[in-house]
Amino acid sequence: MTALTASLVLPLLGALAAVALPRRAAVAAALATTALTLAAVLWLLVEIGTGGTVRLVLGGWQPPLGIALAADGLGAAFLALTAAVMAGVALAARHEMAPAAAGPRAAFGFWPLMLLLWGALNAVFVSRDLFNLYVGIELLTLAAVALVAIGGKAEALAAAMRYMVFALAGSLLYLAGVVLAYGAHGTLDMDLLAARTPARPDGLALALMTAGLLAKTALFPFHVWLPPAHAGAPAPASALLSGLVPKASFLIVLRLWFEVMPDRAATGALMVLAALGAAAVIWGSIRALAQARLKLIVAYSTVAQLGYLFLVFPLAGGDGAAQPWAAGAWTGAMFQALSHGLAKAAMFLAAGLFMVAAGSDRLGALRGLARVMPMTAFAFALAAITLMGLPPSGGFTAKYLMMTAAFAAGQWIWALVMALGGLLAAAYLYRPVAALFARVAPTDPRPVARARQAVPLVLAGAAILLGILSAPPFDFLQIGRPEAAEEGL
Amino acid sequence: MSALTAYALTGAALVGLGFFGLLAARHLLRRVVAFNLIGSGLFLYFGAAGGRGAAPDPVPQALIITGIVVALAASALAVGLVVAQARASGRATLPGEEDAS
Repeated sequence: MTALTASLVLPLLGALAAVALPRRAAVAAALATTALTLAAVLWLLVEIGTGGTVRLVLGGWQPPLGIALAADGLGAAFLALTAAVMAGVALAARHEMAPAAAGPRAAFGFWPLMLLLWGALNAVFVSRDLFNLYVGIELLTLAAVALVAIGGKAEALAAAMRYMVFALAGSLLYLAGVVLAYGAHGTLDMDLLAARTPARPDGLALALMTAGLLAKTALFPFHVWLPPAHAGAPAPASALLSGLVPKASFLIVLRLWFEVMPDRAATGALMVLAALGAAAVIWGSIRALAQARLKLIVAYSTVAQLGYLFLVFPLAGGDGAAQPWAAGAWTGAMFQALSHGLAKAAMFLAAGLFMVAAGSDRLGALRGLARVMPMTAFAFALAAITLMGLPPSGGFTAKYLMMTAAFAAGQWIWALVMALGGLLAAAYLYRPVAALFARVAPTDPRPVARARQAVPLVLAGAAILLGILSAPPFDFLQIGRPEAAEEGL
Repeated sequence: MSALTAYALTGAALVGLGFFGLLAARHLLRRVVAFNLIGSGLFLYFGAAGGRGAAPDPVPQALIITGIVVALAASALAVGLVVAQARASGRATLPGEEDAS
């Protein structure tokens, strides 16, 4: 319980310290906060692993009046992903967000925003109250938009503004759903809502909340804000935005459908969600094929990879009683979210190092960089393996579980989408990898220290390890798993 | 028509107006105003929903106040971005939407 409180409070305190302290002390405080929060999250993982879901009722006020927090296996897995990515980003940002490299404004703003983002993510992952979640995703959005704009260039500002319009519209749709749910049931606690007597506004409330969250998750066709925003931010910020931020709103969608209102899951609605996900996989991949800049390729790949997550809705569902494959699809989607988070953070951090070395992220400028930066190029290739879903990566485990479920349920169309998405990922990632490993000497690259190159390698390696050692995380995800994940929607 | 129904309908109308503004307006400042209009409409509706019982429900009031604070913070950041965007590019519209009204 202390660990849960610490992992929520520490990043917020660190953010305040990073604003108040002078430059050197602020960076030291931010790094210390990162280490402490990482330790708190690890401690929490041990607590959950031994004792099951950790619950915390704020101020001792029971719901419906108070707010309950609960860290189950799912929430804690995302806490762990966030902590890992944050640690990597903090190490990378020590150099890349130094005043000499990024300008004094970005160097000042990055650390508090990073820690605020962390606090908001952690709050969203464990909160059990719909309004508390609203505040959480608003805080998340504000920090994320500011991180996009931090560079101060005109195109980054325009990307941030476009992101802001989508995110605000999404927040309001979500809030409208929350208001309807409260009006009908007089509570916003997820567990109390799950035990409610169904009322007429439920369907509309669920639809509004889902639509708002989809805009924030950048699911096709709400994805147009994502590529310019993620490609326009500095590389460490892009790693956070692409690897972590969309997962928070996705997690809320998942909890709404599987835990709060599984009784409202009509087959048609599930099919719409999955069809949008499939469209995202195809369209995001095709757009990624057409990009000439590495960061845009990686950003469009995020659009595609987020699409897979939404295939979980029909695959974990279907008609009839308990289905043995349903839990597999649910866990598979979680593996996809976790391995994509690690791999995408590694890719953006690698892209940042390539930009330091070559001065640009155009594919032509990256030719032959593997000769001078073999570690970073290898990290990028490892991350690419995960995104393509090749064994033995975490991405392979994810697609294996989901594909098995698709065939077992007779919904082969989603398996086809996954296979096609994997092929397209191989195609769009081949271009940067081929450029990096081209047999030409790069023209006058700036040297990058080995210690900096190790950061993306560790993150990409973790994404691979998620596939090799998939049993412990698989079991961990089952802690406190909702019943609907087992039986299908 | 009771007062509560009037509040709820006014709230709903504000939400509709706001969404129209958010989609139709090109000028970014108008969009920020539209966002606030939707927020206010939702809060008004929420307040009306909380007043239905014999004794008014205090929870919506607490949530509305929190929501207003959140909306204020979001508006502040949005206005700051609009100003920065206008300084950097010379216009207060998104690129590709220059036919400002």
